[in-house]
Amino acid sequence: MQSYVQIENASMVFSTKKGKFTALTDVNLNVNQGEFIALIGHSGCGKSTLLNLVAGLLDATDGVLLLANKEIKGPGPERGVVFQNHSLLPWLTAFENVYLAVEKVFGGSETKAQLKARTSAVLELVGLTHAANKLPGEISGGMKQRVGIARALAMEPKVLLLDEPFGALDALTRAHLQDELMKIVAATKSTVIMVTHDVDEAVLLSDRIVMMTNGPAATIGEILSVDLPRPRERLQLAHDPKYHELRSQVLEFLYSRQMRPKEAA
Amino acid sequence: MSAVNATPENLSTILSGEDIVPTYKTAAVAAPARRTPLLETDFGKRFIEGLGDFLKAVAPPLLGILLFAALWSLIANTNKSIPGPVETWASAVELFSDPFYDNGPNDKGIGWNILNSLYRVGLGFGAAAAIGIPLGFMIGRFQFLNQMMSPIISILRPVSPLAWLPIGLLVLQKAEPASIWVIFISSIWPMVLNTAAGVQRIPQDYMNVARVLNLSELKVFTRILFPAVLPYVLTGVRLSIGVAWLVIVAAEMLTGGVGIGFWVWDEWNNLNVAHIIIAIFVVGIVGLLLEQGLMLLAKRFSYE
Repeated sequence: MQSYVQIENASMVFSTKKGKFTALTDVNLNVNQGEFIALIGHSGCGKSTLLNLVAGLLDATDGVLLLANKEIKGPGPERGVVFQNHSLLPWLTAFENVYLAVEKVFGGSETKAQLKARTSAVLELVGLTHAANKLPGEISGGMKQRVGIARALAMEPKVLLLDEPFGALDALTRAHLQDELMKIVAATKSTVIMVTHDVDEAVLLSDRIVMMTNGPAATIGEILSVDLPRPRERLQLAHDPKYHELRSQVLEFLYSRQMRPKEAA
Repeated sequence: MSAVNATPENLSTILSGEDIVPTYKTAAVAAPARRTPLLETDFGKRFIEGLGDFLKAVAPPLLGILLFAALWSLIANTNKSIPGPVETWASAVELFSDPFYDNGPNDKGIGWNILNSLYRVGLGFGAAAAIGIPLGFMIGRFQFLNQMMSPIISILRPVSPLAWLPIGLLVLQKAEPASIWVIFISSIWPMVLNTAAGVQRIPQDYMNVARVLNLSELKVFTRILFPAVLPYVLTGVRLSIGVAWLVIVAAEMLTGGVGIGFWVWDEWNNLNVAHIIIAIFVVGIVGLLLEQGLMLLAKRFSYE
């Protein structure tokens, strides 16, 4: 099967005041359609940079990125991004935030009523119908992040890119949203690339875990296939030896082979 | 008892519902004696509490004003040429009893003078806003323009407003447009600089949203740039209107015509010191009102 997202020899060099900084070097990754990929690594390892390359928010200084055999040049609505800090526009209601995206993608081909129906449908999908007319300042962090997910989903993207989407949330809310995300992804058969620093989250959600070496000049260290059957249940997995095996493999990579640079020094 | 008959004395009992729900009071109590003492009712307690809060809020500024008036009286007593608060108040009452009389171009009521000054400020400030705010947006959005304009703005901004007057008189030939020009040039900078700063400080997240959604320039402006920058724009507007009102008095003193600034000068020539003091208060109060009005507007548009 042809890969859906192809990353070939991608490198990213930033020009800073102190000179050139190589964030990523020689990254090669193929993602299949419908696959859920987790990018994990210590902070500063360039996992968000890699996601931004796929999003098109950054241009790779070297190498090629393809989506469905087309080169990625600049950002576009076929790659829905959920940002780390939700990035909702504070002067628009939850509905309007999502509608902005819907209008952009489908405004050319659908009537206003259809656009509104789409927006309502996706808000219902993330369970926020009751908060549709609230401003971001009036809802909780978890709800804001759900609006962010709804906005990305509403564009019916080819790939869903999640940048530590639940990082800022408390553990209970995070678990709840992880379960919801699993259901949504199963229902929409989305292709997902998610940046995370949470080992449990990576094992629970993804089909493959891409573990990255420490920066600078980070690259992919190892890729771990998570062959746990779906649908996955958080509680059952807690007693599953296979789950613990995978989990310790990731921990092994992160804390034994890729010590944090500070600690290694 | 109906509310129409309400007096300050019985209002409290009407509001507390005392005579609407006469439950636990026995009929044995004679009608005139049925009331609990005013200050022991719920309303009375709330009234005392409210009065306390009110006094706490009002007492310090009131004390300040009283001290100011006392100091003023003291000065007026030692220097006979300066009228005291009472004298000035009497003069103000007389002055404002007929604010819109018109005895020819050099003798008009205080109302006309204020309106004329406001009109000039409105024109000059309006033109400054019409040019300054879009300019600020462009400077904030395009780094090249920012670098291009920055030396010019840095040099022109600290120039004293009245230094612009001769240029205005020379180019525009007349006093009226020259004073409007002075208002324009001195009130434009806060709006330019604040708008530009606002545009530059838009969180990158919002711009990333715009890029991911591939929004058109128009949508970026109406949905992201404009609402994000509006609070900054309003701060600029507020500072600008303060400057404009500050400058108009000085400009009118030099250019003449009908206006609060010229009026001050005229009364100086008449040696009517009470009127000069009144003018100072008028200028202060009008400036305060302008700024408070814009503060209200700014609050209306703040989204956080």
